[in-house]
Amino acid sequence: MDAPLHPAPREHEELEHHPSPRKYVAIAVILAIVTAIEVAIYYIPALFDFIVPLLLAFAVIKFIFVALYFMHLKFDSKVFRRFFLIGIFLALAIFGVVLAIFFLAQNGPAPVLTDR
Amino acid sequence: MAAHEAAVAAHDDHQTSTGLDNTKLAMWAFLGSECLFFGSMISTYLLYRNNVLDGPTPHEIYDIPYTSVSSFVLLMSSLTMVLALNAIQRRDQRALRSWLLATAFLGLCFIGGQIYEFTTFVHEGLTMSTSTFGSSFFVLTGFHGAHVTVGILMLLTLYGLSLAGKLEGPEGARPVEFIGLYWHFVDIVWIVIFTVVYLVPTE
Repeated sequence: MDAPLHPAPREHEELEHHPSPRKYVAIAVILAIVTAIEVAIYYIPALFDFIVPLLLAFAVIKFIFVALYFMHLKFDSKVFRRFFLIGIFLALAIFGVVLAIFFLAQNGPAPVLTDR
Repeated sequence: MAAHEAAVAAHDDHQTSTGLDNTKLAMWAFLGSECLFFGSMISTYLLYRNNVLDGPTPHEIYDIPYTSVSSFVLLMSSLTMVLALNAIQRRDQRALRSWLLATAFLGLCFIGGQIYEFTTFVHEGLTMSTSTFGSSFFVLTGFHGAHVTVGILMLLTLYGLSLAGKLEGPEGARPVEFIGLYWHFVDIVWIVIFTVVYLVPTE
């Protein structure tokens, strides 16, 4: 049995939910400030012990702002969000698997090259 | 007149089994697959970045202030891109063309900066074959630059389509939205690359 068909949303219906240009500019200012903070952290020796979690946290904040507001994931169907999250999850899984292969199977980050 | 507009709107409606735009769904599936593409290259870079052999180390060769400006330029291009989408959603073709050109210009500035950076690195002794750090760095950032270049070509195509009057009508914003998604994705990837590749210190 065929699935029932529904009309795809029209452009003007989506526009009603999107932010105004003023809000887009405000988000861009936040992104610029966060980038400036990231660069400042890089030059502050006192924060060196915490630099990795701090930088990753700020990168995640920027990532989320762009995806939610500029890519409109906050306003669009959750199906689009899931498609994107699956990609991110699989990318992280690849990193985990590669890390495991290199460090557990070969005892180090460089591959062992052998003559045949 | 009202009957004509209703007829045009009815013609532009398309039926889907999900109630979602199929092309947009395909675009998000493509972006999901791109996460895997860049994820695998970022993973490779992280594993090899300390393997410098006799070549320069990341700490010696990276110019953080310079790359910070490049990052800021690409970040602002996301703003101009979303303003281009907003313009066409308001049926303002002139503003659309201005924002598209601004986005393409910022993208070109980023690419110009990357070409200058690559040239400097090669002069300082880091090439694709210097070390696995060099290989993984150039492959990762080079592929990102290729994506930005493709994005610029698509933006200029949109500009031409707008000039030719082919982005008018109720569904004229769709191509701008899809190419905008691609552009924002390229920006998001750079957010990760800038932090993980340039700012996170090596051992």
